[in-house]
Amino acid sequence: MALGLFASLLGVAALYVLAGADFLAVTQIMVYVGGVLVLLIFGIMLTKKSQSPDNQLKNYVLTSNINQFWGVVVSLSIFGILFVAILTANFSFFERPTNVEQSAGASTVQPIGMSLLTTHLLPFEIASILLMVALMGATYIATSKTKPDNDE
Amino acid sequence: MTSDLTPLPSFYFLMVAAALFSIGLGVIVTKRNAVAVLIGIELILNAVNLNLVTFSRHDPSLRGQLFALFVIVVAAAEAAIALAIVLKTYQYFRTADLDQVSDLKN
Repeated sequence: MALGLFASLLGVAALYVLAGADFLAVTQIMVYVGGVLVLLIFGIMLTKKSQSPDNQLKNYVLTSNINQFWGVVVSLSIFGILFVAILTANFSFFERPTNVEQSAGASTVQPIGMSLLTTHLLPFEIASILLMVALMGATYIATSKTKPDNDE
Repeated sequence: MTSDLTPLPSFYFLMVAAALFSIGLGVIVTKRNAVAVLIGIELILNAVNLNLVTFSRHDPSLRGQLFALFVIVVAAAEAAIALAIVLKTYQYFRTADLDQVSDLKN
């Protein structure tokens, strides 16, 4: 499961490179593969799947109330709707020349950095505050505040 | 970069993004493990980012790529918080199954 996510994240990074977004491709690899994927692997590791029967909380008969068949049917039909919509859309926006053709393959690092610190300064600062709040909140939630000797 | 290379048509990017979105939606709906649902959310966010980058290819102001960058930031924060909550519920309920964590139901 995590290996498939790794492959798809790398594939999306490669598509960013093909779309001429080199800075976003590097960011994708660093943030997702280096951060989020490691975090998810830790989550899989710390929450084991099989459940021993002695610490079962309730004693009623568990029935599966997730219908796997209808979930797959709904997602496939949504993909069909999107497929037909994209096929028949005929965007006139895509007739314009791409940035790669116009700038002759120049890097996007400098314009992204310039606009992050001039025109998009407020969302940049808000993102920094959001990251700090998320870091502190995650550590506050994940630390156990009770004494470790009340397990038995 | 040689000039005889033609850029890939944007149609293919939109198709891959639609496929990623559908796969993420199917994973969210059918999986019962909380970490698997988080993986589905990451797939959907990647589909959104791919659409933003695709439509930003023809826009010289690169606003779509900037928006995709902020989406990546928010997705990283969301994954950290969600993993913390999943670990806390696992400590309390001894399970990561979303169907059994139902104390707020009814």
